[in-house]
Amino acid sequence: MTVSSAAAAAPGAHEAHEHQHYTTTGLDNRKVAIWAFIGSECMLFASLISTYLIYKGRSVVGPFPHEAWTSPSGQKFGAILNIPVTSASTFVLLMSSLAMVLALAAVENKGKPGYEGLLGSSKFWLFATAAMGATFLGFQAYEFTSFVHEGLTIKTNLFGSSFFTLTGFHGTHVAVGVLWLMSLLFMDMKRGLGPKDTLIVDICALYWHFVDVVWIVIFTLVYLIK
Amino acid sequence: MSSDRAHADHTHEHPTWKQYKWVALWLTLITAAEVWAYYIPAFVASKAFVPVLLIMSAVKFTVVVMFYMHLKYDHKIFRVLFTGPLAIAGVTLIALMFLFNHLRIG
Repeated sequence: MTVSSAAAAAPGAHEAHEHQHYTTTGLDNRKVAIWAFIGSECMLFASLISTYLIYKGRSVVGPFPHEAWTSPSGQKFGAILNIPVTSASTFVLLMSSLAMVLALAAVENKGKPGYEGLLGSSKFWLFATAAMGATFLGFQAYEFTSFVHEGLTIKTNLFGSSFFTLTGFHGTHVAVGVLWLMSLLFMDMKRGLGPKDTLIVDICALYWHFVDVVWIVIFTLVYLIK
Repeated sequence: MSSDRAHADHTHEHPTWKQYKWVALWLTLITAAEVWAYYIPAFVASKAFVPVLLIMSAVKFTVVVMFYMHLKYDHKIFRVLFTGPLAIAGVTLIALMFLFNHLRIG
């Protein structure tokens, strides 16, 4: 049963309907809004990715993403991108999306057969998603710190400017997502999330998966394609 | 009216836990294949490297959007709200690549 049909069928359906905001399409305006927001975010990230690609290979001084370079003092350095570390962080973010869909399924099907134990524990899956998001941020903090130690800052060259802007914007989105997930977890612990709350978890899940798909594109275009 | 709304909100049921598990497995395998391809110098030097990586990335993107974001199961308005701006973003990106000589015709 869906959120709206559950609300309609349950006693007190009238009160439940008063808290739902339907548009003339019959769709809840909050879900329409999150999809419109995600659409606008597509264009934001496309502009940042375009900027990165336009400046790719046009840096006059190192460090460079995939090529070795020599500093003005004659010191030799390797390519700066650390593919094994970023592959691990990519895997963590992909698995966080799995945890997110399981959190949504646990909320939507709370109390139904087949959703007992761990599979039906929305608290566990929300915590797992937030923890994996925080782990991804930890990987990013490690990467940024090591880049700065190797001499790459946002001011060093075109690669540094476009790379830190793009991945920094993405990291900020992940951080917002982690805070959002923590607030849902707090709500779940305080009053418990059930089928009537499916929509608010669904909206958070859509945002989280969008952050994941943006990383899928960044990982290929920035890290893997030389 | 309420049943119309219910229908509009969720046209079909969402995937099951088993389907989610398979999606996660495929995403992991494709990511592993991408990283593996990166470490084969002969393949990196070939003309197929970039298209293959772009296709694998596009497959992962589509799978997450269709199954995890439920776009395959949701109302078509959501599909329009997502694919419209995505198409504009893609066309803008390609146009900028041509404008700055990263892509050339002929």
